[in-house]
Order: sequence, then structure tokens, then C-alpha cells
Amino acid sequence: MKILVCISHVPDTTSKINFTDGDSKFDTNGVQFVINPNDEFGLTRAMWFKEKQGASVDVVNVGGVETEPTLRKALAIGADAAIRVNTEAKDGFQVAKELAKVVQDGGYDLVIAGRESIDYNGAMVPGMLSELIGANFVTNCISLDIEGTNATAIREIDGGKETVTTSLPLVIGGQKGLVEESDLRIPNMRGIMMARKKPLTIVEATDAETETASIEFKKPAPKGAVTLVDAGNLDELINLLHNEAKVI
Amino acid sequence: MSVLVYTESENGKFKKTALEVASYAKAVANQLGTTVTAVTVNAANTSELGNYGVDKVLNVSNSTLEKFNAKSYAEVIKQAAEQEGAKVVVISQSADSKYLAPILAVGLHAGYAPNVVEAPSNTAPFTVKRTAFTNKAFNMTTINTEVKIVGVSNNAFGLVENSASATSEDFSPSIPESGVSVQSVDKATDKVTIADAETVVSAGRGLKGPENWGMIEELAEVLGAATACSKPVSDLGWRPHSEHVGQTGKPVASNLYIAIGISGAIQHLAGINASKVKVVINTDPEAPFFKAADYGVVGDAFEVVPTLIEKLKAFKVANA
Repeated sequence: MKILVCISHVPDTTSKINFTDGDSKFDTNGVQFVINPNDEFGLTRAMWFKEKQGASVDVVNVGGVETEPTLRKALAIGADAAIRVNTEAKDGFQVAKELAKVVQDGGYDLVIAGRESIDYNGAMVPGMLSELIGANFVTNCISLDIEGTNATAIREIDGGKETVTTSLPLVIGGQKGLVEESDLRIPNMRGIMMARKKPLTIVEATDAETETASIEFKKPAPKGAVTLVDAGNLDELINLLHNEAKVI
Repeated sequence: MSVLVYTESENGKFKKTALEVASYAKAVANQLGTTVTAVTVNAANTSELGNYGVDKVLNVSNSTLEKFNAKSYAEVIKQAAEQEGAKVVVISQSADSKYLAPILAVGLHAGYAPNVVEAPSNTAPFTVKRTAFTNKAFNMTTINTEVKIVGVSNNAFGLVENSASATSEDFSPSIPESGVSVQSVDKATDKVTIADAETVVSAGRGLKGPENWGMIEELAEVLGAATACSKPVSDLGWRPHSEHVGQTGKPVASNLYIAIGISGAIQHLAGINASKVKVVINTDPEAPFFKAADYGVVGDAFEVVPTLIEKLKAFKVANA
């Protein structure tokens, strides 16, 4: 089984979110970038398929040279090879189209992406990719087993979960549950050394078209200070929630 | 040319988000000078949609669509959009709609803007305001394709009544075979879900153990709320994973979010900060959650929560 794990290069959750160039661009100054958390759960599950079922695992990112340390980290965690599609990621459709070419050229059976990235939260690339390559698609996936070309997945739904069966080729939108947080792997020194020798192939983009464009970023209005209510005066809390906030 | 809206139902009844996206579609239709057509799947009574500005309902009744299937449902909406010549398709951001949206977008060659919080600020170019960076910022996005899909964030636009009388007609799209089939659904049917809840009562490690959740469930019941929990609580197995809210859990965009014994780690706040009003109950006045909250009570949950339950019960009786 050939697995491709899509890796988004995203600002760490604790990053300060600021914008530059007339609020048109995300300000990367001083920002630590990481593997998108939803992708990391998928990558770790892919490692299980590699170790237990002999799968090969490649990772891919659509982005500039600045994303390579994130791909190297995925290699250090255990992926066999990395691919970077050399272009600026502009919208979900363009990224999905670039990924579709990588999947088709590489003949991958299973693509594991995160259910969404924590920067744009679009939750659209995996589904678009599945449509473009004619693969099945299961998102919000919290469990995945593959036997031959048959797959059984559990996915979270509003208010519960459901079990689905499907088959390869398959695109997964993964999340926590595919593996647990405690299963995530911190690259060790050997992994980091080996990652330096693993192939990181740069492929030129197909110049896929975009369908949407980001014009401007805005920050939310600063939040007012909290109104503290004495623990001995909860009638006041109910009064505020009823008359001021009008939520009860 | 009408604006098409997909109005979700469950067990034949419209979800609140369905009425919200209908309200949104009406606002867009007003901007474009056109009408609103809704497409529904196995809804029992569609007249309610008229109250929110829907002019025409395409009613799909099909037993093969009893269980949600993203590919099949995307196909239904695609064929409805094509029949109506819709240039704008409005959907919610429920888990189901988020699942089908990218499939629909490719099918319609449509640009898709998710997490939209306001009516378009401009229709040419078609410009919407959406959240980004897990609600820490907004992004103005233009959709530059002929057909556009707008995903409206739950609880962002609200319900707007617009009396119209919706005509209803049967619609029978052809449903292709789907490669994904649902084997079993495990869902509590008697409980309000985190996605649909107006109020969410959430608790953290401050509760000390799973045996103490009785008062959380009781508070939720009094408020008609869904229960949720922080990540450590689900990691410890005190509560099911499906209750975990936060960056790697479920997103919350309720009107009222009550956090009890949750310190307010940034990963937790990222998942809940789309909620409108946040109340924090915590023993530690330095808990970071107080900085993100609207109302706070510094106190012991084991004293505050039972008292709050009694006072809310009295409030409900007085306001009944």
C-alpha cells in the first residue's frame, strides 16, 4: 500500500496572530511553524500501517522553501520520502489540484490529510482532492483499518459517531482519535539524522487556477474585561445573563 | 438564477441552522434582486421555510437518502443548483455540510468560502467575511467563479424572519452509487448536540473525577444545554471523546458557553471562542480563561454549581 500524508505547515497554536503589508499577509515574524495537529494524528496512523502492514509513507506539502523544516520533521517521525510542490498556496482548490497531480503521478492508494488546518480552517482540500482523483472520501475520521483494498473507518458526527465501509483509493480527513495524543512521536536524534538523508523532492507546480482570493485580514475588536460576580451572589449572575447578555 | 440554499433536517424536522442559512440566502437574494430556492431531503413539512424568506422548496423524498452520505447529498444539491441555474449556493457549517461542501464545489466548478459570518459586503466582486486562524482573525475573501458556495458559520448570522409563502415541488435527482456506506450510527438521540445547542456547559479537570459530573449534567438539563469537556478530561477517559471541545475536538459556537473548572489553555479557547457569551467558574482567579470570559465567578465549583442549579430552577419557575 502506498500512502501519501498531506502536511500543512501552520503557525503553532500559541502564536501571536498579526498581519503585514496593509493587513494582506500573515506576519510570520517570530512565529514558530509546526505540522498541522490534525495531520500529525494521520501521519502517526500512517506509521502504524508502515510498521504493521508494510506500507510506504510519503509526505507532501504545497508551499515555498520555508515549509521544508516541517517536511523534515515528518521524515524524522518516520516518513520515507517527502515531496514539496514549489508554489505559494493561495486557495484550497489550487492546493487540491496540485495534490491531485502528485497522487496520480505517484500512484498512491491512500491519502491521509487532516480534517482541517488550524490556520485557514477551510476543511476543503481533502474533499476536493478526492473528487478530482475519483477516490472515496471519509472525513472527521477517528479510526481507520485497511485490509486489502477494503477500509473500515469510524467518523465523528454531530452528537456521536458512525462506522463506514469503503475501499481504496481513499482520501481521509483525519483528526485526534486516529491515534491518541500519547501515541504522537517526538523525533529522536537518530530520526533527525536519518531525515537529513531521506529524499525531499521538489516538483514544479502545474500553475493550477484559484477560485477564491484573500483580500484582507482583520482582527476582532478587543474584548472588554470580564465582569466578576461574587460566588455568594449568583442571583446577580442570573440577572446579568438574563437582562444584559440576554442568553437565558 | 435564484439563490439555492440547502436546508438540513433531522428526522423530518428542520435544524435551527437550516432556518439560519435560509435567512442568509434571503439576504443574498435581496442583494442580487432574485428569489430563494431551498432544497431539502426527506423533510416532513416545508412550510416553515417560508417564514425565513424561502420562495420555493425542492423536496427530495428518497429512502436511499435516509442516512447522510456526503457524495449522494452533494449530488442532490448539485442537480438542484443546475436545475435552478443558481449562481450562489448557501450551506451551513454543520459536520454534514462541511463534509459535502468540497465535493459539491468540485462538481459545480464553484469557489467555496467556508466559515462565513456576515452577508456579502459586495456582490461584484463577490466578497465575504470569514473567520481564520481558528477564530483569532477574520479574512475578507472574494469568490471569483461564476457559481459560488457560501458556508455560513453556525450561529453567526442569526434567524431573520421574512414572511413569504414557499411553494413546494417534488424533486427527483438521480443518485449515483456511493463508494462509502454507513454500517452503524452511534448517537444519543435524547440529548441536544454540541453543534446544535444554544448553550453548552463544559467542565474540566477541576471537577476532580468522572463521579462528579452529575451536577454538570443537571445544570445542562436546567439550561437545555449540551454537555462538553476539556481535552484532559477526555484523555483521562472521564468523559467520551465526542464531548471534547477545543482545537483538536469539536468546535463550539453557542450563544452561551459555561466553563467550569477549566483553566482556559489556548488550545481550548481556540475551539470555543466563536461562542457569544462566555461564563467561567474557577477557584483560581489567575486562570487564563478569565481573560477570555465575559462573566466570571471565582469560587469552588462544588459550591457554586449546586447553588446555581437551585437559583436557575427558581428563575425558570418565576419566568415561566
